[in-house]
Amino acid sequence: MRRFLASTVAASALALMLGMASARADDAVDPNIKQGGAITITYKDDVATLDPAIGYDWQNWSMIKSLFDGLMDYEPGTTKLKPDLAESYEISPDGKTFTFKLRHGVKFHNGREMTADDVKYSLDRVTNPKTQSPGAGFFGSIKGYDDVAAGKAQSLSGVTVVDPYTIKFELVRPDATFLHVMAINFSHVVPKEEVEKYGADFGKHPVGTGAFKLAEWTLGQRIVFERNADYWHKGLPHLDKITFEIGQEPIVALLRLQKGEIDVPGDGIPPAKFQEVMSDPEQKARVVVGGQLHTGYITMNTTMAPFDNVKVRQAVNMAINKDRIVQMINNRAVPANQPLPPSMPGYDKAFKGYAYDVAKAKALLAEAGHPDGFETQLFAMNTDPNPRIAQAIQQDLAAIGIKASIQSLAQANVIAAGGDKAGAPMIWSGGMAWIADFPDPSNFYGPILGCAGAVPGGWNWSWYCNKDLDAKAAEADSVVDPAKSADREKMWSAIYDKIMEDAPWAPVFNEQRFTLKSARMGGADNLYVDPVHIPINYDNVYVKDVQ
Amino acid sequence: MIAYLGRRLIQSLLILLGVSLITFALLYLLPADPVRQIAGRSATPETVENIRRQLGLDQPFIVQYWHYLARLLGGDLGRSYIQRSEVTELIVSRLPASLLLMVGAILCELAIGLTMGLIAAVRRGTATDQTLMVASFVGVSAPQFVVGLLLLYVFAVRLGWFPIGGYGSWRHLVLPSLTMGILGAGWYARMMRSSMIDVLRQDYMRTARAKGLARGAILFRHALPNAILPVVAMIGIDVGVFMGGIVVVESVFGWPGIGQLAWQAIQRVDIPIIMGVTLVSAFAIVLGNLLADIIAPFIDPRIKLR
Repeated sequence: MRRFLASTVAASALALMLGMASARADDAVDPNIKQGGAITITYKDDVATLDPAIGYDWQNWSMIKSLFDGLMDYEPGTTKLKPDLAESYEISPDGKTFTFKLRHGVKFHNGREMTADDVKYSLDRVTNPKTQSPGAGFFGSIKGYDDVAAGKAQSLSGVTVVDPYTIKFELVRPDATFLHVMAINFSHVVPKEEVEKYGADFGKHPVGTGAFKLAEWTLGQRIVFERNADYWHKGLPHLDKITFEIGQEPIVALLRLQKGEIDVPGDGIPPAKFQEVMSDPEQKARVVVGGQLHTGYITMNTTMAPFDNVKVRQAVNMAINKDRIVQMINNRAVPANQPLPPSMPGYDKAFKGYAYDVAKAKALLAEAGHPDGFETQLFAMNTDPNPRIAQAIQQDLAAIGIKASIQSLAQANVIAAGGDKAGAPMIWSGGMAWIADFPDPSNFYGPILGCAGAVPGGWNWSWYCNKDLDAKAAEADSVVDPAKSADREKMWSAIYDKIMEDAPWAPVFNEQRFTLKSARMGGADNLYVDPVHIPINYDNVYVKDVQ
Repeated sequence: MIAYLGRRLIQSLLILLGVSLITFALLYLLPADPVRQIAGRSATPETVENIRRQLGLDQPFIVQYWHYLARLLGGDLGRSYIQRSEVTELIVSRLPASLLLMVGAILCELAIGLTMGLIAAVRRGTATDQTLMVASFVGVSAPQFVVGLLLLYVFAVRLGWFPIGGYGSWRHLVLPSLTMGILGAGWYARMMRSSMIDVLRQDYMRTARAKGLARGAILFRHALPNAILPVVAMIGIDVGVFMGGIVVVESVFGWPGIGQLAWQAIQRVDIPIIMGVTLVSAFAIVLGNLLADIIAPFIDPRIKLR
């Protein structure tokens, strides 16, 4: 499991603030790695779109990152922010103005140079309601966002092009997550002329500044990426070509990998074959294990009796045998005791949470006035292993007298029930669980535990709303100074500790990633479990047979 | 004949209209909100409402259906919610693969089914007959998902005769066609057997035998043509079975047809694609039935279209 080094981020961000743009050292691409070779990656489902303003699933997320760039990015294989299309940036002392200096000579795949106007255009586009971007809300702190979102303005008044290589952002409030927002796909830079040329089909004809360009897209069959020879980041990418074969069942993909026909099964190791792969030393040696910014949890609807009683929620937390559930899924996860996953900044290592204790859980339940338990419903998604996990939870609850009936439904139906205040007393989040958009502790709060998410159609399925914590969260996010990021993380840890006291969730586990690769794939292990690139970091991996 | 065709065409259109209405209503009633699927987890309620408005999903059911129909008449099936591409483009790009698979499957089921049925009829009551009929029963009842994976494992992984899934050459086509064909072959074997037994009982067969014709000539020149026609006429009706089968088989073999498209769309509540594929399948089924009825009198002059 990778450990996040909070101090490193603080130090490097500070260095950049002081104008040490050369501190990048161009990410020290190993000059000994020879460029060349092609790899094949398989997926079961069609790739939805490669438009950075729209694509929002784990499959196209990483592909888009290879075709486009943003002002900020992360060091490969880590959660450490670094400037990308920006060369350097400055933050005003009040944390409300961010000024980015752009790199010179960056070219779009069509050959035109990228300038600050393109950055502004891209942000105006993603926030324009007509674009229907699911990520528009991320830009809410930029001045003028409300007018654009309401259709009253075409352009964000808070974004100013100072000169072709300088762009300034004015925010309505200090926002510590703003640099992360400048690294998510929704803020990636697109060329206006190509967007206008293809209109709604830009997602099928993506043109960016990224390490790869789209060479072929045969609907339902394959997508081919070709190396961008003009890529501004010298030495990258290492590969000449990546072929994504679409429509392959994970189990078929595994068979093909075993025959040496493909390099990475994009959907991972199928659960039914997991033990077989892991018990074969030859295959196991090609599996890379890493943490994931993910938590699987049980929500308890705090507005519905008897879960409106904190003692009942705490009793449920103590009743769940997390170790057994982790075993059930072949140890593809680690037990969780708090909302944040261990690889997330702000994770409280000292926090112990609620230990598994049936006797104590029963006593708490009796204190809450339910010595004989009660009847309730547990909603879960209907794809394996979620019904099995729901049954394990059901048995654990039965041990303290809670009789939960399982409602095993399609994903969309569970989401709909969770977003209805009277819809679901308990939900097992598996299959729909929160995976962070960016590696920042705030990302686990607002939509899923904050008051803003506790609305009809929201994602706060516990309907937990603690105004005091909302204020504390806003306070933490106003600590913009990277030098104080450790303090900010402590503030966030305290928020999550307090949430666990109120126990709207019973955190169950943090999923681990297991990436299986062919023997010819090279590159550091963390490129294969990169926290922001799933399944792998396409730009930085290489093949050994051309070395 | 013309009047009959006209009547059948109107009936077909009404069926398609009914299918569109029922499917649209079922999807409308789904307790899942497509807008939230599109908007994703981090979207603000404002973004969600904005997308809903732009897709016209804030309108009452009847208005939504009316708009859909109006666009449909212009040949526009709308844009996929998730892929944001034109549904027509998505279906057209995948249709050739499904048609190819259908042709392959028909060839397989006819070749296997008719041969099995013929042998069983000739050897009626023997152990061969019973074995073949049990085999046909297994073929009809075996889940296609299992048959597909089994064939894949034996012939592609172990023996390496065929590629492990995918699309492109005739070798890719064999295993998925066989998987689809095995189901149909079971039916055809049973139909062929009874049809053949029927024919063999006819007076003209006794005459042929009495004339002293060779056994081969009796079977292939006199019995087979008469027995095979009613069976072959069933192919049109088979289209419905195929449409169900391709969803499974295309997924197992990574065959880029409309079945795979439908399966993905269902999982993602991508309503325009589900509607589009349903209508195209319904159209194929209606057309298949119509063709089966039209060719019936040519095959068997005792049938008249009225």
